[in-house]
Formats: sequence, C-alpha cells, structure tokens
Amino acid sequence: MASKKLSGGGLPVIARFEVRHRNYLAPDGSINRPLPAFASDTNLLTALYRAMLLLRNFDRKAVALQRTGRLGTYAVSLGQEAVSVGVASAMREEDVLLPSYRDNGALIWRGVKLEEILLFWGGDERGNCFSGPVEDFPFCVPVGSQAPHAAGVAYAFKLRKQPRVAVCMFGDGATSKGDVYEAMNFAGVHKLPVVFVATNNQWAISVPLRLQTGCETLAQKAVAAGFIGEQVDGSDVVAMRAAAEDAIAAAREGRGPRFIEAVTYRLGDHTTSDDALRYRSADEVQARWKEEPIARLRNYLVSQKMWSKAEEEQLAAECHERVEAAVECYLATEPRRPETMFDHLYAELPETYAAQRRQLAGEGDA
Amino acid sequence: MPEVTLVEAVNLALARAMEDDPDVVVLGEDVGINGGVFRATVGLQTRFGPERVLDTPLAELLISGLCVGMAAQGMKPVGEIQFMGFLYPCIDQLVNHASRFRNRTQGRLTCPMVLRTPHGAGIRAPEHHSESTEAMLAHIPGLRVVIPSSPERAYGLLLAAIRDPDPVVFLEPTRIYRAAKGEVEDNGEALPLDVAFVLREGRDVTLISWGAMLKETMAAADTLAADGIAAEVIDLATLKPYDEITVLGSIAKTGRCVIVHEATRTGGFGAEIAALIAERALTSLLAPVARVTGYDTVIPMARLEQHMMPSVDRIVTAARKACQFS
Ligand SMILES: Cc1ncc(C[n+]2csc(CCOP(=O)(O)OP(=O)(O)O)c2C)c(N)n1
Repeated sequence: MASKKLSGGGLPVIARFEVRHRNYLAPDGSINRPLPAFASDTNLLTALYRAMLLLRNFDRKAVALQRTGRLGTYAVSLGQEAVSVGVASAMREEDVLLPSYRDNGALIWRGVKLEEILLFWGGDERGNCFSGPVEDFPFCVPVGSQAPHAAGVAYAFKLRKQPRVAVCMFGDGATSKGDVYEAMNFAGVHKLPVVFVATNNQWAISVPLRLQTGCETLAQKAVAAGFIGEQVDGSDVVAMRAAAEDAIAAAREGRGPRFIEAVTYRLGDHTTSDDALRYRSADEVQARWKEEPIARLRNYLVSQKMWSKAEEEQLAAECHERVEAAVECYLATEPRRPETMFDHLYAELPETYAAQRRQLAGEGDA
Repeated sequence: MPEVTLVEAVNLALARAMEDDPDVVVLGEDVGINGGVFRATVGLQTRFGPERVLDTPLAELLISGLCVGMAAQGMKPVGEIQFMGFLYPCIDQLVNHASRFRNRTQGRLTCPMVLRTPHGAGIRAPEHHSESTEAMLAHIPGLRVVIPSSPERAYGLLLAAIRDPDPVVFLEPTRIYRAAKGEVEDNGEALPLDVAFVLREGRDVTLISWGAMLKETMAAADTLAADGIAAEVIDLATLKPYDEITVLGSIAKTGRCVIVHEATRTGGFGAEIAALIAERALTSLLAPVARVTGYDTVIPMARLEQHMMPSVDRIVTAARKACQFS
C-alpha cells in the first residue's frame, strides 16, 4: 500500500491506502463472485437464514408490545439483520461481544434468551444479567462509549495470552465520536485482538451519513489508527460472515485489529419513539426494500435447492412459537421489589445506604 | 520505619499491589519511563515491565474506558489522570459505565478499577491544574471517592482502593504530595474505606475536612487550643460513601461544626454534611454549622490562588464564632 513514487507535483508520495468493498450475493440473490468455503455448508447458511427471520419476527412482536404499552422504547433491526447475525456467527463462544443497543441479532445468536431482551426493553435490569457468554457486555446506550471497553478487554486478552477476540459493534453515528477513535488508535498501537464493526445504516436518527462525516467511507477511519478497514455489503449475510471470520481470525492470530464498515439500510424507524417519515421519503425506503438481506438469502437458498416452501412454512411457525413463548415468559415476570435497586449497587451495601434500602422496603424511614 | 512523602507512599502502595497481584495494571500518560508527572509511578515500569505499567496515548476518556474493559475481565487496572482538570472526559465512563456496571448487569459483570488523580490547588500550576471538583464525583451512585491526607493513609487507602471490588476514584492532594512526610511501614496492610479518621479529639467544636486542607485545619486546631478551645478534627477520607456515624457522633459531643474544603462553596460536599447534621443532629447543635470553603469562582492562577483556599485564620475565625454563639 505504501509506495515512494514521485507524484505530479514533484513531492514524493509516502503512503497510499485503499479501501476494499466485499459482496457476494446480489440483491436478487444471484452471486457476484465465488462464495467463501463456508457457504457450501447448507446447515450453516440455513442457520443464518433462520436467525435473521427469527429476529425479524421478534422485532415485529416487540413493536406490537410497545404500541400496546407492554414494552418501553425499542430499537428494531429491520433491514440490517445480516450484520449482527453475520458477525456473531463468526465469533467463538469464548470471544467477548460488546454490542450497541441495536444488536439483538448478535445477542440471540450467542444464546441470550428472547425474554431477557424483552425484560431489558421492558425496563428491568435483569435483562442485562443474561444467558449466553457470561463475559459479554450488556447493550450499550451512550453511543460509542463501549469502544474503549473493547480495547480494554482485548488488552486483558493480550496480557493474559488468551487466544480470544473482542468484537465491538456500533453505528455510523458512533464513528463521529472521539471514544471510537481513541479506542481504535490504542488498539492499533498495541495490535490488540479486537474487531470493530460499524453498522452504517445511513442514518443516525435523522442525521444522514453525509452530515455525519466528510469521508467517502467509514472504513478508511481505520487508516488513521494503523490497521485495515474494509467495507462490506451489510445486507449480504455471506459477506458479513466472511469479513467477520477473516477479521476475527487475524485478530486471534495476533495480527492486530480490523475495522468493518457494514453498509446497509435501516428500513424501520430509529426506535419506536421515532417517525422516520419526518426526515426521509417513503420512496427512498421503498427502493431500499429491494436490497434487504432476508429475501436476498432466501432467493439464493431457493435457487440452490437448499430451501423449500415447506421449510419456510415450518420456520414461520417455529418463530411464532418461540416469540410467543418468550412474550408469555416476559409478561409473567414479576417486577423486582423496589428495594432490590440497591442490591447490586456495591459488592456490599455501605451502611449509609442501607437505611434508604430499608425505607424502600417499607421498614422504617431513612 | 522509613519516613516517606505522600507521593512516595502512593508509589509504595502501587508497587506492593503489583507485587502481590499480577492482575494489577498501572496505566496513564507518562507513567512509564517518566514515572508520571509527579513521579508517583517512578520505577514501576523497570520493575514490572511496559505491559503492566502502560504509557497510554494522550486520551483521558480512553484511559477510563480501558480501565472499565480490563476490570470487566477481572483485572485490577489503576489509571492515572495527570491533573484533575483533565479528568472531565472520564466522567462519561465513570457515570455511565464504571459506577453502574455491577448494577446494570445485576452482578454479572463488575468494575474493580481505580482512577487516581492529583487534587487541588496550591502548587502554582497553570490553568486547569488546580481543580477540586470532588463533589461532582461524590454525587455518582456506585462510585467510591477517597482522598488521603497523609502518607500513611495514602498507602493504606490506596491498597484498599485497589483491592476493593467496586470502582474507586482516588484523589491525591497535590499540595502536600511532598510536603506531607510520615513513617510508613510497607507491610501491605490496607486501611478501611468508608471510615473517617479522628485526627484529634476535642469536646468544643468539630472541624471536618479532607485532603490537603487538613494541614490548615490541624494548624487551626493548634491555634484554638492555645485559646483553650478543644477542637475535634475529622479527616473524612472517603467522601462516597461517607462515614455519617463518626460525623454525627462528634456533633453529639461538641454541638458545633465547621466544615473546611478547598472546593467552591455552592453544591460543595460541605453542603451535604451540613444537611446531614441539620436532619439528624439539630437538637445537638449549639451553633449554626459553618462552612469555610473556596469561593464560588474559577480557581485563580498562581498569583491569587492562596486567596481562594481557606486559610488557618478563616478556619479559626469560623470556629471561634461557633464557640461564641449562644
Ligand atoms: C452519546 C450519545 N449521544 C446521543 C444519544 C442519543 N441517540 C441515541 S441513538 C442515536 C443515533 C445513533 O446513530 P448510529 O450510531 O448511527 O446508530 P443507529 O441508531 O443508526 O444504529 C442518538 C443520537 C446517545 N444514545 N448517546
């Protein structure tokens, strides 16, 4: 990449950089270039498909719960299911995920129960005490602030000589924050085993990418931190999985961090409290529906005879059942007693606050 | 026992903690070969290597965020921020992550980190180097805020902070980094957190302070003693959570209280103590609770800074007034 040729102005070029874009499946499900080896594994491809469809069903139900006052604000993954599912599928159990609030697909893949995700959005901290790898981080709400954590986790892996990788996910808006650059910069200095994944869904609430950055790509932000940034078709789950697999493998082998810009589109509102029609046209969204990841993979699977109508019907029924069971479990979960808000404040509750706890418990006044 | 300065005691505690526990990592700007701008980490990198005594890029948010990530992995990171005026980028990490990690994950993940920083004015430093905004930190649920006022307490409390399973901000009184000397036995023994230290017993008036201001507060107690006024002096030491029992016990005895802090007055931690006494010890009071504090102004640069900080005179005057109140 770096070369020392004289440029037109007579000054030597001391460095050149390039950003590659990765894609395999075209929007209609045909293939643009030979697929990576894992794509010959029918079970794996259908597992990715199943995970994306489950997520879409779950999202639909979550929105319905919110609309009927049974869930708090919720952030859907509509249109960007391939990102979190693709990335998580490339991780090992012992790796650590540091997700943003929109990465449900990754959490579910890693074993978090649907009812736990509902509990979180339903306003209960127990949702963050989830099943799945115990060292995975909870959803991060302050945008981008989890990136330095990922660098810290990866530093611990390196120090302890563990062949593990930290995978940190955030949105395009987050790449504007110093947190993300500070973390990437440090990861570059120490060649840490960490992969940063920016889901570029074109919008940070109402702010479009062109007002978020003057960069042509987000991937090039890795250049300033000293490592490879790659742009990936984030609506192509095969590309997402392949890119994540390469990046995670490189990180695990001690070849340092990578950055993945997953270019996709948020088809839904930002959250259930947002109305995206205020800032973008229905036509724009309609056009983007043609690129969405689930139909794309289904078309490919069907064309390869890897998937049938009967399987689709069965999957739809399975998803419905799983989601309904989760909702039932969530709705049946009794709220915590008020005084339990003190229970995990410190390892041991200081006496000073024990009185406040007793007051909440109705055992005398503080 | 060897006599050491407060900053040397910090160094001793760090070395001891690193020796005892391979999970302790020291990180910050210039903490390696340079030993930190105040030399608190001097010699540590030679002894423990550059991976455990880590020179970070110049990025304070990163330092605090790295600590959170390492701590979530069960390490014991001790981050250094060069001056309290540069701690503000860490507030996001302290408020939104470090202090609530245990709570938001219901104990699944915890954050046993320490963030150290010099605290306070009086060293003729440039702008932004003289901050004492401890009240801001003490407002954060789930955090511990600790300020030692002697080499012995710097050593014992820092060891306790590092061993504590929750996040601690450790504020080191810059003005007495070298001025305070004392005998410290490097025996690895911690002092208790959340406990105030009674530095001097007295029955007439309670003087409460922390950090460097205890120097003036103790001097004021000497002056008052010459007048026949026996002041009890309390070093609060841990501001969050603070030792209400010792404070209230002392007020029950003396009935009079002067709180001394260098930080600005409005919303300062003195207001919290005064409110506690008003709520819980009003009937013991023989005089209004007085505060001797910094003024509600930006901390001036070197030429005026001594006028900002409470003087022995101001403390003595406030205490006398409290004692004369009838
Ligand atoms: C630090 C911070 N500032 C503001 C917000 C409010 N907020 C929530 S989501 C959001 C947009 C984030 O956009 P992006 O990073 O692109 O992620 P996306 O929501 O598109 O997945 C904002 C401004 C926040 N959560 N955190």
